[in-house]
Amino acid sequence: MATMTMIQALNSALDTMMARDSRVLTFGEDVGYFGGVFKVTEHLQQKYGPKRCFDAPINECGIAGTAIGMAVYGLRPVIEIQFADYMYPAYDQLVSEAARIRYRSANDFTVPMTVRMPYGGGIYGGQTHSQSPEALFTHVAGLKTVIPATPYDAKGLLISAIEDDDPVIFLEPKRVYNGPFDGRRDRPVIPWSKHPASEVPEGYYKIPLGKANIVREGAEMTILAYGTMVHVALAATEDSGIDAEVIDLRTLLPVDIETIKASVAKTGRCVILHEATRTSGYGAELAALVQEHCFYHLEAPIERVTGFDTPYPHALEWEYFPTPPRIIKAMRRAMEA
Amino acid sequence: MSRKNALDLHIPAPNARPGDKPDFSGWTFPEPGDTPRPDIDVSPSELRDYAYGLIRVLDMEGNALGAWAPHLDAETLRRGLKYMILTRAFDDRMYRAQRQGKTSFYMQSFGEEAISVAQSMVLSPEDMCFPSYRQQGLLIARDYPIVEMMNQIYSNKRDPMRGRQLPVMYSSKKDGFFTISGNLATQVPQAVGWAMASAYSGDVRIAATWLGDGSTAEGDFHAAMTFAAVYRAPVIINVVNNQYAISSFQGIAGGENTTFAARGVGYGMAPLRVDGNDFLAVYAVTQWAAERARANLGPTLIEHFTYRGGPHSTSDDPSRYRPADEGRSWPLGDPLERLKQHLISIGEWSDEQHRAAQEAAVEQVREAGREAEKEGVLGTEGAHPAQSMFEDVYKEMPWHLQEQRKQLEV
Ligand SMILES: Cc1ncc(C[n+]2csc(CCOP(=O)(O)OP(=O)(O)O)c2C)c(N)n1
Repeated sequence: MATMTMIQALNSALDTMMARDSRVLTFGEDVGYFGGVFKVTEHLQQKYGPKRCFDAPINECGIAGTAIGMAVYGLRPVIEIQFADYMYPAYDQLVSEAARIRYRSANDFTVPMTVRMPYGGGIYGGQTHSQSPEALFTHVAGLKTVIPATPYDAKGLLISAIEDDDPVIFLEPKRVYNGPFDGRRDRPVIPWSKHPASEVPEGYYKIPLGKANIVREGAEMTILAYGTMVHVALAATEDSGIDAEVIDLRTLLPVDIETIKASVAKTGRCVILHEATRTSGYGAELAALVQEHCFYHLEAPIERVTGFDTPYPHALEWEYFPTPPRIIKAMRRAMEA
Repeated sequence: MSRKNALDLHIPAPNARPGDKPDFSGWTFPEPGDTPRPDIDVSPSELRDYAYGLIRVLDMEGNALGAWAPHLDAETLRRGLKYMILTRAFDDRMYRAQRQGKTSFYMQSFGEEAISVAQSMVLSPEDMCFPSYRQQGLLIARDYPIVEMMNQIYSNKRDPMRGRQLPVMYSSKKDGFFTISGNLATQVPQAVGWAMASAYSGDVRIAATWLGDGSTAEGDFHAAMTFAAVYRAPVIINVVNNQYAISSFQGIAGGENTTFAARGVGYGMAPLRVDGNDFLAVYAVTQWAAERARANLGPTLIEHFTYRGGPHSTSDDPSRYRPADEGRSWPLGDPLERLKQHLISIGEWSDEQHRAAQEAAVEQVREAGREAEKEGVLGTEGAHPAQSMFEDVYKEMPWHLQEQRKQLEV
């Protein structure tokens, strides 16, 4: 076991898979020699050569489109979109093509590709480096959407994504790349090395897609979160004194409904968190699922704490970000209902 | 500021509209046989003139001229002609089947048969084709059963696409034919990626892709050109310039001041422009591009200069936007007639043989039609169990789709 940041764990996942399987290759903007703007692909070009880890032209449509062709050929490309905010030029290739090629060809052609992209705010990235577009992917039939919250999960989930025979959207919460940010800006950031989930095996292991993780057991309410918000949920729970069960969904689609059902049946209350804009956000889907599956267990209306329906404002990002105080207010509303 | 020099917006417009005399006077073409054939390892920068010229082999009397003449044996030429005849007969029958209500939609390749048939014959069956929707000749010349194509068009119970795709959106991996998308130009970067994967794997197979003149305006085409050129992908990118998108003429896609082959110049890619109604010329340029790709010398952009003889699709009426007799006045003739003429002029074909071949093709199509219709036409009840719609969304069906499938049962 080694202690790794999420960046190192992602790098280790790619390294592990490239060593095991010559069909795995990775490319994207600045991904090759330089190792990516966040260094997730660092040293891979030196280790595996420029054909297996290379720079791509600044053309997300081309990156996604050529990766689809490679996957159709039989390779397992892992592409990096430099920021999730720049996936829109690739969106048609992902939605109309990658997602549907198996279906439209009746299983004749398949697209085992992984699309990595850093997402989310909290780094003063402004509206073009902070977005959380997960709902734009969970809405699409044929795609799987995965978001890790820790280094350990990041590696195990990325390996599963690469080995999956369907296209997987792999969103990386860049705010926690280097440490488990809990939304309390006034306190120093704790490095990953102080967190148990930074213990990452050097070699191959997998975390199955579609399985959530109960990161804190609790009796009074269920908090559903993913990515950065998992850590914020834990901080809010601690600060509130409410005995919440915190679930890290890990995979948004297919979502682990059984874990959600069992938890809400036990607690009777549910608070849903995400950083993305609220309206038609993934939280709306979660709220609908909880309502459909757990209605008779619910003792209070479901609460959503999310980003606001505005672009991500640069100077006001801490007002925008769902920090513990806002979450605690929602938790109290749920308790008092 | 004075308005004397007021700016004016330019909107391209074609030379002739319904009621006008077709007008091709602005175009000049090199004579057949006049264009030299460069070595396959030529640098793209030396091919600039090819982007603005037109490679022609057959003259209008059916003589094969010049360095590009591919010197095919008579048997190969007859095979090519028969595939073209079959493609036309197939289109004709399917067009009428749509009119009879047996399916929702159809797209002919009338006038463009030489392109897909000749190219299919040049490429190896192991190469991967990423077509648009007007290259049915590729499948036909790969001897794909036309009854299977009809099953797809009818969405009947033997439809290989299981009733999921609009008619003509075939797929056959074993025949090197990639699943057709309805989203224009998306296949072009995919073909480049497939070719890159083949090169990455040390394979010997190449990729080829087709798109229309209208579709070259899509970003995907330019993405594909960039990637193909940057990584020297073993791919042939074919622009089928049939002069029209749906109703808009090729000037609206940027063909007014330059050629589509000239797009290759800016990307440093080998550009060739060819008479798309000249079977021999199409065959020869495809051989050249395929040899170049196989020799790891990189991609080629081919513009096939042709004319869309029919409507865009069964939903279109071209008499509303172009002169009705424009196709008949096309200066480069009809691809079938020209190959026929050539075969006759070399003493390897006759009018009687041609008529017999046409009749045989019509009969073959009729027979396949009967067989396909036995399996149903569009709307035949029970062709596909409703539950099948949930299959193949993912390799394994996730819980939410299983649940939705159950909802359908009640
Ligand atoms: C992305 C996209 N935009 C628009 C359409 C609608 N559409 C279908 S075919 C067509 C014209 C295409 O013309 P061209 O590329 O010249 O091909 P041709 O039909 O002449 O073979 C249009 C606009 C589409 N299918 N996909």
